[in-house]
Amino acid sequence: MPSASGHRLYVKGKHLSYQRGKRNTNPNTSLLKIEGVDDTKAAEFYLGKKVAFIYRAARERQGSKIRVIWGKVTRPHGNNGIVRAKFAHNLPPRSFGASVRVMLYPSSI
Amino acid sequence: MSSADANSATTKKFGKGERTVPHHTQKASKFYPAYDEKQPRKTRKSIKPTKYRESLQPGAVLILLAGRFRGKRVVLLKHLDQGALLVTGPFKVNGVPLRRVNSRYVIATQTKIDISGIESSTLDKVSKPDYFVREKKSKSEKGEDAFFKQGEKPEAKKPTSARATDQKSVDKPILSAIKKQDMLASYLASNFSLRHGQRPHEMKF
Repeated sequence: MPSASGHRLYVKGKHLSYQRGKRNTNPNTSLLKIEGVDDTKAAEFYLGKKVAFIYRAARERQGSKIRVIWGKVTRPHGNNGIVRAKFAHNLPPRSFGASVRVMLYPSSI
Repeated sequence: MSSADANSATTKKFGKGERTVPHHTQKASKFYPAYDEKQPRKTRKSIKPTKYRESLQPGAVLILLAGRFRGKRVVLLKHLDQGALLVTGPFKVNGVPLRRVNSRYVIATQTKIDISGIESSTLDKVSKPDYFVREKKSKSEKGEDAFFKQGEKPEAKKPTSARATDQKSVDKPILSAIKKQDMLASYLASNFSLRHGQRPHEMKF
């Protein structure tokens, strides 16, 4: 239902990287930077929230070329408001730098 | 011995004497079962009533976060079971009908509307789970005729008149309460959305 007033009901985030050490990466867990979140306290609001990585694929599936990988925010990572997230399927490495949608549900307000 | 007639003992005569023959169901079994009969497990779990957030009080204005009516502001009428809420637009204000929503897909705002005017009988009727059950297709719609009619345009589904009257009777006292407060109607009619730079974690709803 797009309207003149806008219709975004999610917060933008960026997929930064996988959780990693100096030499090893752990693609099971992805690190996300959520817009406007700069410390752990702010990140707390987003814990448990659903995340959607939306991308376009070459072939149609169920009548749409747009696909989605769902995940959720699990915990903060570090002190700068970055969060860890787990996805139903691990995000592909080409999604580094891509934006993800951090939904406002499940809500606790 | 059971007192029921169907499986009571019968008396039979044999020559001079007689004896009572117990009903076959009363006789001891000739053998023990080879396997122990399994007893079904006792369930110690019970369905506990959902505990709702404190902000979700009936009369509160909510923002829907997902589904067909996402972004709409609606009025909370009642708590249903298993985390569901009964809400209404009111329909005249923003087009949201009487509807069940999951409490986790909702933001509660601090705005409150007086809903004490709603008749409890209609609210009880509407909050029953089978009120929202979809009508089953009749046989003629499923059968051969329907198969050939597939290509034709189906008639648009319309709400039944009973639903419409329920909607009106629920909404009427809410609408009068909305009228009393300035700007409330246009607030409910407006959609919620995030703009550039807005941070929901800093917002006070």
